[in-house]
Amino acid sequence: MTGLFALPCCLIDSLPLASEPIELNESIATVCYIVAGVLFILSLGGLSHQTTARRGNLLGFFGMGLAIVATIFGVMVGGFATMTVAIVPAAIIGAVLAARVPMTGMPELVAMLHSFVGLAAVLVGISSHLRPGIPVPESEQLIHQIEIFVGVFIGAVTFTGSIIAFLKLRGTISGRPLTLPGRHLLNLVAVGLSIGLGVWYCRIDSVVDGLNPLLLMTGIASLIGIHLVMAIGGADMPVVVSMLNSYSGWAASAAGFMLKNHLLIVTGALVGSSGAILSYIMCAAMNRSFISVILGGFGTAGKGEAAEVDGTVKEFTVADTVDLLNEAQTIVIVPGYGMAVAQAQHSLAQVVQILIERGKEVRFAIHPVAGRLPGHMNVLLAEANVPYDIVLEMDEINEDMSATDAILVIGANDIVNPAALEDPNSPIAGMPVVEVWTAKTCVVMKRGMATGYAGVENPLFYKDNTFMLFGDAKKNVDAILRELQH
Amino acid sequence: MKVGITKEIYPGECRVAATPETARRLIEKLGFEVLVETGAGEAASFDDERYREAGCTVLPEAGDIWHGSDIVLKVRSPEPKEVEQMRAGQTLVAFLAPAQNHDLLEQIAGQHASAIAVEAVPRISRAQKLDALSSMANIAGYRAVVEAAGQFGRFFTGQITAAGKVPPAKVLVIGAGVAGLAAIGTARGLGAIVRAFDVRPEVADQVKSMGAEFLMLDFPADEQGGTAGGYAKTMSKEFIDAEMALFAAQARDVDIIITTALIPGKPAPKLITREMVESMRPGSVIVDLAAEQGGNCEVTVPNEVIKHAGVFVVGYADLASRLAHTSSQLYGTNLYHLLDEMGGAEEFKLDMEDLVIRSATVVKDGEITWPPPPVSVSAAAPTPAATPPAAPAVAVERRFGWLDYALMLVAAALLIGVAMTRDRGFITDFTVFILACIIGWQVVWNVTASLHTPLMSVTNAISGIIIVGGMLQVGVDHLPAAILGAIAIFVATINISGGFLVTHRMLKMFRK
Repeated sequence: MTGLFALPCCLIDSLPLASEPIELNESIATVCYIVAGVLFILSLGGLSHQTTARRGNLLGFFGMGLAIVATIFGVMVGGFATMTVAIVPAAIIGAVLAARVPMTGMPELVAMLHSFVGLAAVLVGISSHLRPGIPVPESEQLIHQIEIFVGVFIGAVTFTGSIIAFLKLRGTISGRPLTLPGRHLLNLVAVGLSIGLGVWYCRIDSVVDGLNPLLLMTGIASLIGIHLVMAIGGADMPVVVSMLNSYSGWAASAAGFMLKNHLLIVTGALVGSSGAILSYIMCAAMNRSFISVILGGFGTAGKGEAAEVDGTVKEFTVADTVDLLNEAQTIVIVPGYGMAVAQAQHSLAQVVQILIERGKEVRFAIHPVAGRLPGHMNVLLAEANVPYDIVLEMDEINEDMSATDAILVIGANDIVNPAALEDPNSPIAGMPVVEVWTAKTCVVMKRGMATGYAGVENPLFYKDNTFMLFGDAKKNVDAILRELQH
Repeated sequence: MKVGITKEIYPGECRVAATPETARRLIEKLGFEVLVETGAGEAASFDDERYREAGCTVLPEAGDIWHGSDIVLKVRSPEPKEVEQMRAGQTLVAFLAPAQNHDLLEQIAGQHASAIAVEAVPRISRAQKLDALSSMANIAGYRAVVEAAGQFGRFFTGQITAAGKVPPAKVLVIGAGVAGLAAIGTARGLGAIVRAFDVRPEVADQVKSMGAEFLMLDFPADEQGGTAGGYAKTMSKEFIDAEMALFAAQARDVDIIITTALIPGKPAPKLITREMVESMRPGSVIVDLAAEQGGNCEVTVPNEVIKHAGVFVVGYADLASRLAHTSSQLYGTNLYHLLDEMGGAEEFKLDMEDLVIRSATVVKDGEITWPPPPVSVSAAAPTPAATPPAAPAVAVERRFGWLDYALMLVAAALLIGVAMTRDRGFITDFTVFILACIIGWQVVWNVTASLHTPLMSVTNAISGIIIVGGMLQVGVDHLPAAILGAIAIFVATINISGGFLVTHRMLKMFRK
């Protein structure tokens, strides 16, 4: 908590000395920034629990409103009309987007919004290069240039990276990782080039000449962003999206440095560390290092022959599944991306409701990287009116698995793969998984026998207590629902 | 003090009031002498030799036991010819059914003896270890399922085998007392689907904790079936009609019905009518634990298994006796605790101040003391659900490798670089930046995993704060710069409004 108090002190510290008083409105605006910063912190704090989350969002909203109003009255020097022209339609567009997006489309929306922050950072940087919005003393010229350069670089990587992520999540471009030969070298060269351009940029005083290295670097950074995300596969998207979330924060922070605006710095840093933590959590959930995820091309480097899987697969019909559900007393459902793709969550929620009404204990087990966005499954289930207290995290429910009568795995594969724990040579060895095979009976709903994203055979399907229910998840869940309603 | 164990003379009764093991405890712990009639434990597979090993004196004639003991332990209530042998001051402990056997009590009183009816022990926590009725009911419940399994031509558990699928048996247990709960547990253990019904809604949790489904009546909840004694009472006509409709529906669906419905001191209620039996699938089984009190089923014949319309109806009244070894052991232990409660050999007395002893004593020194003043029992507490301890969200092995040293070097170089700028403004900015990172780090770790998506969209909205950058740039007197600023405002605004609204929309959906 000391940080909380240190923060306002720093904001005040940075004001010019008391001997040369600043304008009153600027002073008030700075104080408002402090309040806005605190509101943002409380906003993130509110998300620690469902019961306070809505209040948290509201606090963030007020913080933003306060920041904007303070900027208009305290700091802005002109261009009010232009600003209004830009804000009004954009606010409407944003609202429409937010109202229309289906919950399965959340990953795309989030990625798109990240790209906007990146774009804004690039634009602010270049604009600040052309004519700084606040006066820059001669002595701080160099540092200002470095700030602009770094800010634009991060912004550009965020911008193009997010666009590629958006397209991949949308399915416009394939989710398969693009592995160019010598791609690590390519990235290194591009970064080296950017640094060189940076040195060049800092040596030029003329605004017009300086534009050349700046724009050139923007182009190279954009390519880095594209290449970086192209090389990462579809199921690593939770990491990519949270990484881009982090970048968008750093970009905002960099803009704050160049504009000497502490609110931007603080807010950017909050968002940046938030995204970094999410990336870390996602990586831990796959037992992979952040570096290996970012470098992409997953699955190409095996440490040895993975164990062969053989045996027979036993098939279940919808009627068998319904019988099983009727007989079971405790049921756990493990959803994966397949449920989101098939849009099966609404029918599933009705099935769950019927089962609960019949006195059964039904719970959901959510793997941290299930879906394409951190917490994606939770949002989909919440949308389908599943109460959040029966939706549990993997760690909370794994030890109850052995006491469970029936497990339904819907559209998940790698996150329920026993090879992660049993086969040290498996590419996913060491990844924490939902231990569905320890339950009495496990039904896996899947379109076919294809492997998951990791390209790993799943020995679960061959276990004695596992039965496969093939077909589209939505159709099967609907059929189960009809049978149960009889 | 001498304790006598006679051989049970009731036909078919296999139990005995003390096993070699409980006799040993009576001798060693409580200081009694124990006299055992020859062959007393034979039917329960305890031979005389083992009683001798335990330190008992084995006597050939029942008369010697009656004559030589201060306390006689029995299972069944005594026959008149046994009572005749009782002497003044002697205490008899057995199942006496005092409410139904007034003549017996008078006969005992006529002998100037005392009698303790073990079934009259009140159902309070302290007396649980001497509650022989519960011990026997538990065994009867278990045995009822075993008897049903013996008659039933199918598996209890559902199986999916290479040779095809076998559906599990469906069992309905009526009455969720001790016997009912034991039956539920046994049937669940064999893999059947079990449903249970009881007029006392407060036992629903116990039923569920045993793994059965509790059948509810659509009936106004104000009619409670429990009594102060923890037993069921007679219900109103409307209630019984609703109940019968439920049983009729269940009879067509289930394979096995086990009835355990008894109202103390009254004939057993008729719950399963002849029509219901006939509506059951052939091969189904009914086990009537209330057979001795007339049966819960209309077609029950006490002590016999009959086949009515293809349905087996088991009317054994001696289910506990059919598991004589275990029931003798449990009963003997109950009696050991009872004698312990009464002071052991040294201070043995019928303490009428002691609530438990007062309730169980039906004849004291030739005076009938039945019925005792009532005792009130609170409803059983529901079994608490086990909550799994919350595991830490992330557990990753942490090694301090070259990467960490490299990162530390980079950090040091960065800090030195910052110091070298000698720029007051920049260093202040940097301080703010680092502190804000740490706050963000602290705050975000508390975010629950299920809210990661809302966290992301709200941070997205917040990072729209870059709008401030655009606002600073839009006012500059340089047209291209101002236009770039305006575009930045435009996209950042989409972010702000879109981000906050979509977060709001999402959070609204999370409900308990």
